[in-house]
Amino acid sequence: MSYLARRIGFYIVTAWAAVTINFFIPRLMPGSPVEIMIARLGQNGPVTPGMIHALETQFGNPKASLLSQYFSYWSQLFHGSLGISLTDYPESVGSVIGQALPWTIGLIGASVIIAFVLGTAIGAYSAWRRGSFLDGALPLSAFLQALPYFFLGLVVIEVFGERLGWFPTSGGYSQGLAPVLTPSFIGNAAQHAILPAFTIVVTSISGWMVGQRNLMITTLDQDYVLVAQAKGISQRRVMWMYAVRNAILPQFASFAVALGLVVSGSILVELVFSYPGIGSVLLNAVGNEDYSTMQGIFLIITLAVLAANFIADLVYVVLDPRARQEA
Amino acid sequence: MTVNVATAATIEIAASEPAPGRRFWSLLTRSKWVTAGLTIFAIYVFLAIFGRMLAPYDPSYQNYGEILKPPSAQHLLGTTQLGQDVLSQLLVGAAPTLEIGFLAGVVATALSIVIGVGAGFYAGSAGEGLSLLSNIFLVIPQIPLLVVISSLDPKASIWVYALVLAFLGWAWGARVLRAQTIALAQQDFVLAARASGEPAWRIILFEILPNEIPVVATSFVYTVVGAIGSYVALCFLGLVNINTWNWGTMLYWAQSQQALQSNAWWWFIPPGLAVAFILLGLVMLNFGLDEFINPRLRAAGISRKAMKAASRQQGITPVVRKRPAEPSGAVRAGDEINNAARRAK
Amino acid sequence: MSVTAGQGTPADTQPVLDIRGLCVDYGYGDTATHAVIDADLTLYRGEVVGLAGESGSGKSTLAYGATRLLRQPGVVTDGSVLFTPNSGARAAVDILDASPARLRALRWSDVALVFQAAMNSLNPVLSVQSQLTDTLAAHRKEMTKRERAERAGELLELVGISRDRLKSFPHELSGGMKQRVMIALALALDPQVVIMDEPTTALDVVTQRQIMEQIMSLRDRLGFSVLFITHDLSLLLEMADTIAIMYAGRIVESAPARQLFHAPRHPYTAALLESFPSLHGERKMMAGIPGSPPDMRRPPKGCAFADRCKFALPRCTDEQPPLAAPAIGSQDRQVACWLHAEDTLPERLSAPEPGSQPAGTAPETTGGSR
Repeated sequence: MSYLARRIGFYIVTAWAAVTINFFIPRLMPGSPVEIMIARLGQNGPVTPGMIHALETQFGNPKASLLSQYFSYWSQLFHGSLGISLTDYPESVGSVIGQALPWTIGLIGASVIIAFVLGTAIGAYSAWRRGSFLDGALPLSAFLQALPYFFLGLVVIEVFGERLGWFPTSGGYSQGLAPVLTPSFIGNAAQHAILPAFTIVVTSISGWMVGQRNLMITTLDQDYVLVAQAKGISQRRVMWMYAVRNAILPQFASFAVALGLVVSGSILVELVFSYPGIGSVLLNAVGNEDYSTMQGIFLIITLAVLAANFIADLVYVVLDPRARQEA
Repeated sequence: MTVNVATAATIEIAASEPAPGRRFWSLLTRSKWVTAGLTIFAIYVFLAIFGRMLAPYDPSYQNYGEILKPPSAQHLLGTTQLGQDVLSQLLVGAAPTLEIGFLAGVVATALSIVIGVGAGFYAGSAGEGLSLLSNIFLVIPQIPLLVVISSLDPKASIWVYALVLAFLGWAWGARVLRAQTIALAQQDFVLAARASGEPAWRIILFEILPNEIPVVATSFVYTVVGAIGSYVALCFLGLVNINTWNWGTMLYWAQSQQALQSNAWWWFIPPGLAVAFILLGLVMLNFGLDEFINPRLRAAGISRKAMKAASRQQGITPVVRKRPAEPSGAVRAGDEINNAARRAK
Repeated sequence: MSVTAGQGTPADTQPVLDIRGLCVDYGYGDTATHAVIDADLTLYRGEVVGLAGESGSGKSTLAYGATRLLRQPGVVTDGSVLFTPNSGARAAVDILDASPARLRALRWSDVALVFQAAMNSLNPVLSVQSQLTDTLAAHRKEMTKRERAERAGELLELVGISRDRLKSFPHELSGGMKQRVMIALALALDPQVVIMDEPTTALDVVTQRQIMEQIMSLRDRLGFSVLFITHDLSLLLEMADTIAIMYAGRIVESAPARQLFHAPRHPYTAALLESFPSLHGERKMMAGIPGSPPDMRRPPKGCAFADRCKFALPRCTDEQPPLAAPAIGSQDRQVACWLHAEDTLPERLSAPEPGSQPAGTAPETTGGSR
C-alpha cells in the first residue's frame, strides 16, 4: 500500500497544517479579534457565556496557555463546530458553508475536468503534429491565462450576457425557482453555470495544454514509441496508447497545484458572476468582518482540495501499473 | 624543454570556447519567445520607472467637469467616474504593481533555493521533511488564505503583502529545484567533490547552483507572475489599502462604479490588459527558458516546412533525394564484377 | 550454433534485403551531418550479416535509415533499399520509395527490429500480452482475439518465458527477460529479416550468452535473415556468416566472418582485431587506434581513415577508395582501400584465408544451409 498510503499520510499532515495555520493566524494578527467578535455578536442579541467560550477557543483566550488553547480548538473542531456565522446569524458556519459548497464543487469540478480534457487533447495533438496551426494555440492560450480571471469574466458577461443576451449573467439559478433536484432546475442551473465555467476553462486551459505538449515531446522521444512505430500499428494507437497514455501521468502530479490555483481564481469568478458558491460566502464574510466564517471556509476549501487530490491519486494508480504494484 | 603538451592543448581549447555566460545569452536570445518576452518586459520596466513623470495629470485629481468621458485628445484613455484621468492612473500604477511582484519573487526564489536545494542535496529525513513542507505549502489554496490574512490586518503595508505572497509562493520553485538537485547530486562531478571532502556549502554554491540557473530563472518568473496576479486579485477585491494607485485598485474602482455597465470600457479594459500583457510577456520569457532547458522543445534548427513534412508522416523518415533516383533495376559497375565472379563458381 | 556460420553464403540464395548507395543525413542544408555515405550492404536469405564499427560510425543510422525509422532530424538523401519477399507472389519493394501504407504493412511482418537497451523499449503502461497482440491485430486482421492471445503465449514460450507472464507489466521483468520479450515480439509475424541493434550490450555476460544462443537457435528453426549491429567484433565472429565493417559512415570492408578474422584486408579492420584480447593464446600488447573519427559535417575528401592509418598513401587523402574486390586471396569479399591498387600489400593485410582455396573454387558447404 506504499503509494496510496504515503499520499494519505501527506493529506493528513497537510490537513493538520491547515488547522494549525487557522489556529495561529488570529493569534498572530495585531488587535484582538475576540473582542471584536464579541462586540459584533452582541449587536444581534445577548451573548451567552457559552458563545464567549466558543469564540475564545477559536480566536484566542488570554487566560489560557497556548497549548491548552490548541487542544481546545481541536476538540471544538471534532465536535463539528466551526463557529457561528456573523453574516447569517444565528446559523452555524458549517451549515452556511454546506449550502454553498455543492455549487462551487459543481462549477469547479466541471470546469476543471473540461479544461483538463480539452487542454490535454490539444496539447497532445500540437506535439504530435508539430509545425501545424496548433502551434499558434500556445501563445493564444498563454495570453488568455495571463488575463486575470475576473477581468475575462466581466468581459464575458458584457459580451455574451448583456449584449448578446445568450446566457444569464448572475446567480446560480433564476430568481424564484425552488432549488430542488428536478430536471428543469438542473437545466436552469446548468445554463447559469455556462458563462462562469467558460471563464474558468478558458483561463486555466493553457497550463494543461503547454504541460501536455512538453510532456508529449519528451515522451515521443522514448524508445517504446519508436518500437510502436516500427511495429506498423495504426497511428492512432501509437499516439494514444503509447504516447499520451504515458505522457499524461505526470499531469496528475501537477493536478494538486493546478487545482489550488483554480480554486483561488474561482473565488473571483464567483464574485463577478454573483454565483452562490463558497467564494461569494467568503467575500461576504470579509465585508462583514466575519472571521469565523472566513476561517471555516479556508479550512473547508483546503480539505476539499485535498480530497480532490486524493481522487486524482486514485486515477493515477489506475493508470500507472508501476504505482499499482506499490499500492 | 618541459612544454606540457597536454596543458597547452587544453588552454587552446578553453580559449576557443566562449565564456559560458555569453554562450548562454546568445543561445537564449535565439528564441523568439525570449526576445518577445524581454521586449515586453523592458517596456514595462520603462513605464515603471518613468510612469510618474510621463503622466499628464495627477491621477487623484478629480475634475467634476469631465466625468466618464471617452478617450479624447485631452484624456487619451478617458476619465473615471470622478473625472480622473485614466491614462495617468495607468502610468502611475505601473510601478507599484510590478514592485510587489518582483519583491515577492526575489524573496520567494531565495526561499525556494534554500529549501529546494537543501531538500534535494540532503537525503534522509531532513530532505524528506523539507520536501513535505514544500508540498504542504503547494497544496494550500493561496487566495482564501490571503483573504483571511488581509482581512485580519487591513492596514498592512505593501511590504507585508509582498512577504506573505513570498511565503506562499516559494513552494513550486522549491519542488522543481529539489528534483533538479537530486538529479545533479548523483552526477560524477558532485560525487567526486563529496568524496574529496569538499564542504557542502561549497559544493552547492559552486557545483550545483550554476547548473540550475535556468531552472531558477523560470521559477523566478513564474513566482513573479503568480505574485502579480494574486496581488491584483486582492486589490480588486478591495482588501488592500485602496489609497494607492495600482492596476488592481483601478479595476476595483471601475468595477464598483459599474464601469462596464455604463459603457465606460476605457476605464476597465486598459488596466486589465496592462496586467495581462506583463504576465504574457513573462510567460513568453518562460517558454523560451523552457526551450533552453529542454532542447527537444526547440525546433532544432529544422526549417518549419521540413518539420511539417516530417511530422505529417509520424514515425517515417523522409526521403529527400539530392540527385534524381536511379531506377531500381540499375546495376552498378562493382556489382557486375562481383556477380559475374559469383556466378562463375 | 549453425554449422555454416562463418563460411559465407551459399551461392544459390537470393538477396532478401539489398541496400545500395544509401546516404543518410542528420539535419538539412549546410549544417547537415552526413552520417551514412554511399553504403552498400546485401543480406541474403537465411544469412547472418554482422555490421561492426565504433560508436558514431553510422551503423545504427544505416539500419534505421534503411527502414525509415530514423528520428528527426534524420533524412535519407539517396539510395535504394530493395526488399524481396520470399514468396514470388509479391513484387520487390524499394522501402525508400514506398507509400506510408505500404511501409506500415511491410513493417514488422517482413522486416522486424530488436532495439538496443530493452530497458525502455516496452511501453510501461501496457501488459506484455497487449504489446504482442496489438501487432498481430494490426497485421493479421483475420485472427480472433483468442487466436491472438494463443499466439502471444506461443511466442513467449519460443523465447523461454512462461505463459503466465503474459499479464505482467514491463517493470516486473528483468533486463534479460525484457530483451527476450523484444525478440519474441520481433518474431511475432514470422518476418524474413530481423535487424538487431546491439541487442545484448546492456546485459551482463551470462545473459548475453543465453540471449545469443536463443537468437541463433531461433534462426536455425525459423530461417530468418539477421542483420546484427554491434561494436563488439568478437561476438560477430562466432555467429555471423558475413561481416561488414563501417567507419565514418562508409562500409570499408565486407567479407565472410572467418576470412575477415584470419585475413583482414583493410587497415582499420586489422587495427580493430588487434584491439581486443583473446582468451587463449599468448599475452600481447594491446594497441588502441590513435586519433579519432572525422567530423561528419565536413567529411574528408579522401579515405576517412587516412589520418589514423599506419599504411596511408598520399593518394588516400585525395581520393575516396571504392568498395571492390581485394588484390589477393578470395575475390568473394570487398574492401575499400587504395593499398589494393598498389603492387605490394602490407604483410598484415596479406594473410591467407583459412583453409585457403585458390580463388574461383566453390567453398565447402555443409548441411544446414538454405
